[in-house]
Amino acid sequence: MAEEIKKGLVLLDFWVSPFGQRCRIALAEKGLPYEYSEQELLGTKSELLLRSNPIHKKIPVLIHDGRPVNESLVILNYLEEAFPDAPPLLPADPYARAQARFWAAYSDKVYEVGSRLWKTKGEAQSQARAEMLQVLGNLDGELGEKPFFAGEKFGFVDLALVPFMPWLTPSFERYGGFSVAEVAPRLAAWADRCMERESVAKTLYPGEKVDEFITLLKKKYGIE
Amino acid sequence: MAGAEDLKLLGMWASPFVLRAKLALSLKGLNYEYVEEDLKNKSELLLKSNPVHNKVPVLIHNGKPVCESTVIVQYIDEAFAGTGLSLLPSDPYERALARFWAAYIDDKLLPSWTKTSRGSTEEERAEGKEQSAVAVENLEGALRECSKGKPFFGGDNPGYVDVILGGLLGWVRASEELYGINPFDPAKTPLLAAWAERFGALEAVDPVIPEVNKLVEVAKMMQAKLAAEAAGASN
Repeated sequence: MAEEIKKGLVLLDFWVSPFGQRCRIALAEKGLPYEYSEQELLGTKSELLLRSNPIHKKIPVLIHDGRPVNESLVILNYLEEAFPDAPPLLPADPYARAQARFWAAYSDKVYEVGSRLWKTKGEAQSQARAEMLQVLGNLDGELGEKPFFAGEKFGFVDLALVPFMPWLTPSFERYGGFSVAEVAPRLAAWADRCMERESVAKTLYPGEKVDEFITLLKKKYGIE
Repeated sequence: MAGAEDLKLLGMWASPFVLRAKLALSLKGLNYEYVEEDLKNKSELLLKSNPVHNKVPVLIHNGKPVCESTVIVQYIDEAFAGTGLSLLPSDPYERALARFWAAYIDDKLLPSWTKTSRGSTEEERAEGKEQSAVAVENLEGALRECSKGKPFFGGDNPGYVDVILGGLLGWVRASEELYGINPFDPAKTPLLAAWAERFGALEAVDPVIPEVNKLVEVAKMMQAKLAAEAAGASN
């Protein structure tokens, strides 16, 4: 019997995943209804997840009318293009779009470098700290005096980066021995500004919850 | 001169990332000025145009820089939408698949190759080899899925994934001489092997790919340098 294709949007996700949160914020900003499906990642992954993302077996996965789209930034671009009537998150101009794509991809570094802060010690950790300061400096510089990365409007780069803020504060800050407010004051203010948006405030968890989760992961991986 | 498009590409001849930009420009029939950078002595223009990474390629269009090879290729496709081939497909889902596989090439395939050839321990290199085998197998499946029996990832004509993977062709060819390995082994990945031949032979592609013997020379020099450093370090 042919499997009935489920119409509409389903998001396979994990509550604290910043990559999943990017998608949740985008869906909210675009006013697109979807079914949220919490996935078991620390235990056995679901059949649906393994079938939808056989290559990486990771969330987030956006399933649209039965067809899976994987990788958070790919999902964000897909939402822009598959729902052209919804409010856009990318600017229309090709050059501005190129800038947005560059900085959205660059924002991944916050998570990548930040993860090394709690996973490593000694030389490796110092190296990660130095890199983090550089990354935050670059982001702060790019934001400049603008309210959001693209200017007046909340958009692509903002939603790509903002889910990492509760990971930065307090966790990455503590593991790395730095303060975002000190090294990237404009970015810190921007984070507060983003939290005023309903889509962001309703999606992100407080830094303390993220910190608890990191502690859980450390135990699980046997990291001191 | 009114209406003249000013395109400048800052690059390094052996870089697969730079090659991607060249391939996109060539496939779209765009004229540009190429500037070869000495990566040991980077130009003011490069440092100013890519302050975040200080890397090539950088595409400068009417004085405005675009950085990162995948961003550059997408930019070329969008900014010159009416000119030459369309690199990304028009259907949103197919575009998502193309972007997914482009990301896969950079996140999984390339690092596995780097590990295989430059891993510091025997164990690491063996791990790299295993990971490469998986990555290439997945790409074979991707080619089957994206091409739907047609010659390229992009279908009848080369597209985004063809360009992103195509950037690696110089090194893929050099690999046989350097390591005795063909990353696209016709016995294991027949579609990719055929694709490599076909894509490499395109009129817009063939003249742009760096010469294999030059790449081999550069790689051997690098290997000798690393070996000398290692020997010196252990004294």
